[in-house]
Amino acid sequence: MSDLTRMTASEIASLVAGGETSAVEVTRAHLDRIAAVDDRVHAFLHVDTDGALAAARSVDERRAAGEELGPLAGVPVAVKDVLATRGVPTTVGSKILEGWRPPYDATIVQRLREAGTVMLGKTNMDEFAMGSSTEYSAYGPTHNPWDLSRIPGGSGGGSAAALAAYEAPLAIGSDTGGSIRQPGAVTGTVGAKPTYGGTSRYGLVAFSSSLDTPGPCARTVLDAALLHQVIGGHDPRDSTSIPQPVPDVVAAAKLGATGDLTGVRLGIVSEFVGEGAEPGVMAAFRESVDALAKLGAEIVEVSCPTFAYALPAYYLIAPSECSSNLARFDGVRFGLRVGDDGNRSLEEVMSLTRETGFGPEVKRRIMIGTYALSSGYYDAYYGQAQKVRTLITRDFTAAFERVDALISPTTPSVAFPMGARTADPYQMYLADLYTIPANLYGGPGISVPCGISEGLPVGLQVMAPTMADDRMYRVAAALESAIGTFTPPAL
Amino acid sequence: MTTTLPAYDEVVARYEPVIGLETHVELGTNTKMFCGCPTDFGGEPNTRVCPVCLGLPGSLPVANKAAIEAIIRIGLALNCSIAEWCRFARKNYFYPDMPKNFQISQYDEPICVDGYLDVEVGGETVRIEIERVHLEEDTGKTLHVGGATGRIHGATESLVDYNRAGIPLVEIVTKPIPGTGALAPDVAKAYVTELRDVIRTLGVSDVRMEEGSLRCDVNTSLNLPGQEWGTRTETKNVNSLRSVERAVRSEMLRQASVLDAGGRITQETRHFHEDSGDTTPGRSKETATDYRYFPEPDLVPIAPDPAWVAELKAALPELPRVHRRRLQQQWGLSDLDMQSVLNAGAVELIEATVAAGTTPAAARKWWLGELSRRANESGVELAQIGATPAQVAELQGLVDAGKLNDKMARTVLEGVVDGEGSPTEIMASRGLEVVSDTGALTAAVDEAIAANPGIADKIRSGKVAAVGALVGAVMKTTRGQADAKTLRELILERLGVQG
Ligand SMILES: [Zn+2]
Repeated sequence: MSDLTRMTASEIASLVAGGETSAVEVTRAHLDRIAAVDDRVHAFLHVDTDGALAAARSVDERRAAGEELGPLAGVPVAVKDVLATRGVPTTVGSKILEGWRPPYDATIVQRLREAGTVMLGKTNMDEFAMGSSTEYSAYGPTHNPWDLSRIPGGSGGGSAAALAAYEAPLAIGSDTGGSIRQPGAVTGTVGAKPTYGGTSRYGLVAFSSSLDTPGPCARTVLDAALLHQVIGGHDPRDSTSIPQPVPDVVAAAKLGATGDLTGVRLGIVSEFVGEGAEPGVMAAFRESVDALAKLGAEIVEVSCPTFAYALPAYYLIAPSECSSNLARFDGVRFGLRVGDDGNRSLEEVMSLTRETGFGPEVKRRIMIGTYALSSGYYDAYYGQAQKVRTLITRDFTAAFERVDALISPTTPSVAFPMGARTADPYQMYLADLYTIPANLYGGPGISVPCGISEGLPVGLQVMAPTMADDRMYRVAAALESAIGTFTPPAL
Repeated sequence: MTTTLPAYDEVVARYEPVIGLETHVELGTNTKMFCGCPTDFGGEPNTRVCPVCLGLPGSLPVANKAAIEAIIRIGLALNCSIAEWCRFARKNYFYPDMPKNFQISQYDEPICVDGYLDVEVGGETVRIEIERVHLEEDTGKTLHVGGATGRIHGATESLVDYNRAGIPLVEIVTKPIPGTGALAPDVAKAYVTELRDVIRTLGVSDVRMEEGSLRCDVNTSLNLPGQEWGTRTETKNVNSLRSVERAVRSEMLRQASVLDAGGRITQETRHFHEDSGDTTPGRSKETATDYRYFPEPDLVPIAPDPAWVAELKAALPELPRVHRRRLQQQWGLSDLDMQSVLNAGAVELIEATVAAGTTPAAARKWWLGELSRRANESGVELAQIGATPAQVAELQGLVDAGKLNDKMARTVLEGVVDGEGSPTEIMASRGLEVVSDTGALTAAVDEAIAANPGIADKIRSGKVAAVGALVGAVMKTTRGQADAKTLRELILERLGVQG
């Protein structure tokens, strides 16, 4: 048998289903790979060896008993540490939740278990998903498998790096401003942000409730679609979950893979192909656009002028919501508690816990958000940002009257060296310049590898109307069929 | 506070009060506002909890439809407009009884607005304008151990029970109520009473003030006639209908004494003390927390279908005011008589007693007489007196059957109030029964005649009025258990005199 860790999820699933390998064998191969490389990559915060093997054994038993298994049964998956996993440590990359073992599973985790996938463990992330490099993890950074001195993107750098390092064929991420797509782009993997409300947030430790969207990460578009299909769909435990079936993203990915985009109109976002992006990124993007045109797509330029205000609006809305969402981390009911020595008041203990438990970027955003929601400033900051959000939505709606999907580079640069931007938050924020508008609008976006610049992968982003996730899979799969996937140098 | 307070009459002669009421009602839904935990009262601490109402990371709220239906019905009963679209909002502040350190409430988009409730005070109808009715979640309960005050400051340990956290709470806020003058305390009490009755009629809450399912904050201010409204204080911890009245009165007196002395009223929260009837300052609103309200992003807006709202409206039960008018007619009471029934808080009690088979007149006699007196003496609501309508009906049944005379019935009722059991049980245990066995009574009468030959002779010679002395004597020997009328006839018969 060739190396199981190099296979796609769909390949693994069919081998398991056909009895050519077992889920346990697949799981062991990935656990071995993690053991071999993760001290250098640091994609995982927690590897659940026992849980993974138990889940794999259960799949094998069910298969042996002749049970009908789902399309991803026996396939290992790495889960971003932002999702609650019953009995398995969940830290959100923060010291404030160190040692917390949730008493419940996130809906997505539950669906993964029911589908017979095998959870390998929890992946590293910027603390509370706030960051674009995974350097803000309280447990140390993750390294980009393409170049260990560079960042793997963020906040879901752990999930993306686990894929690029062949530690897992599938991973779950969460995307608030680009945290699935930007890591996908800089690691040469596929990352999809579904329509907001298309995947359940129940059990996703909230950063910004109106933006947070969990979604699939994989090495191929089809794998991402298969995972999307398993985790997506209505969840009555999430009030903002859309009560509609998941668009048929798997069929769309298969259709795209035929390499025919005849009749599909794609709009290049004019505002995102100007001077902001690195020349190497732009070159790879332009070549991909040509490839898409050759597949039959009609390419036009579409101006979305309000996208220029997306970044400032995002950095008011997301911190505002986070300042409230993170209030519950006070040491009273769960997680870290500092200073409870019998001499300090409850108020002092709560404040000391937060002082100690939160890192600097989290504190910065809590402060910004607290300020933006304050009486007297609300209208000027939070209120104004919401108006911008409405305008951005209008730009999207208008654009989708002209084109089926919008395209742009996923992020302005290739993976930057570690430490390059930690001193300047604004430079760090710029990494999400092209991904944030889709979060403010709520529509789906996917990053697919589209080329190499300076030896590092470049990603192309496809954005589609809300609940038209299938369209972006079709375009992404078509591009993938034309230019292929990209393999990082051996670790 | 030992300052001498001015007389109430003087205060209302000099100042005009403006009051306002904020009432919280815990809904009696089966499950909590945003999760599936049960809402039943009691239970070991922290046993009615789940990830959602504990605010565990990742958990999300989902609004309880039954609670939304209940608040819409309350809004309709209070003549409010029902918003076609509204949102929940987060009220942010740190306190350990709030699992998320924010409360899901409503802010500038309440579900019910601009209503009114008519109440009757002193024979007049007063229209209380309702500003808003909104839905929120209750907090947990904290117990601070080791401090002098029972407050969080200075406590050595704080215990939290989250069983109550997330129970749906309806907040009903009146507009300021000016122009009630000396009646302000009565208006406040009448409003809360009427509100309680409306909500009870809707069947959406048990509205028990003593269990905290109905909680009231009272705003009070005073101003000189013709001048702007004064600075208001908010009195919390008002836990009974009687306290609503007392709290307004006491705060009026206190504010008047401050103003009389040339002082100014501080805008603050004050706590009402049931024992002394005083209020003492709580936290000052001048350093109020900024709650940083913003729309709750975890919940989709509420957009009740107008057709559904219309259906709910059409299905509202007969409301207390209408119901009372019908009862007044059935019971044949004058406005004044009905008013005294209302003032005593006896409408439902009399109604239930009548339903148990007693005549309206007799039911009214017991509840407004003996039982109201006892309630006043012990400072409790009539409904909390310890006698139930069924017991009162049983008592009256015994009287009607001639087994108890009026005096004995009062004694039995005392026993009922003191918790000695049912009227029949008390009759048995205290050995009280009208002696109707004529044999025993005849013996007692003969004995009394023999013991009082002078009086017997007087009666025989025609001075029938003297029979009272013999009745008294027999009553004494039978410990009052004879029926006076029967007794009188029996004595005359034994003496061979026509009555
Ligand atoms: Zn609960």
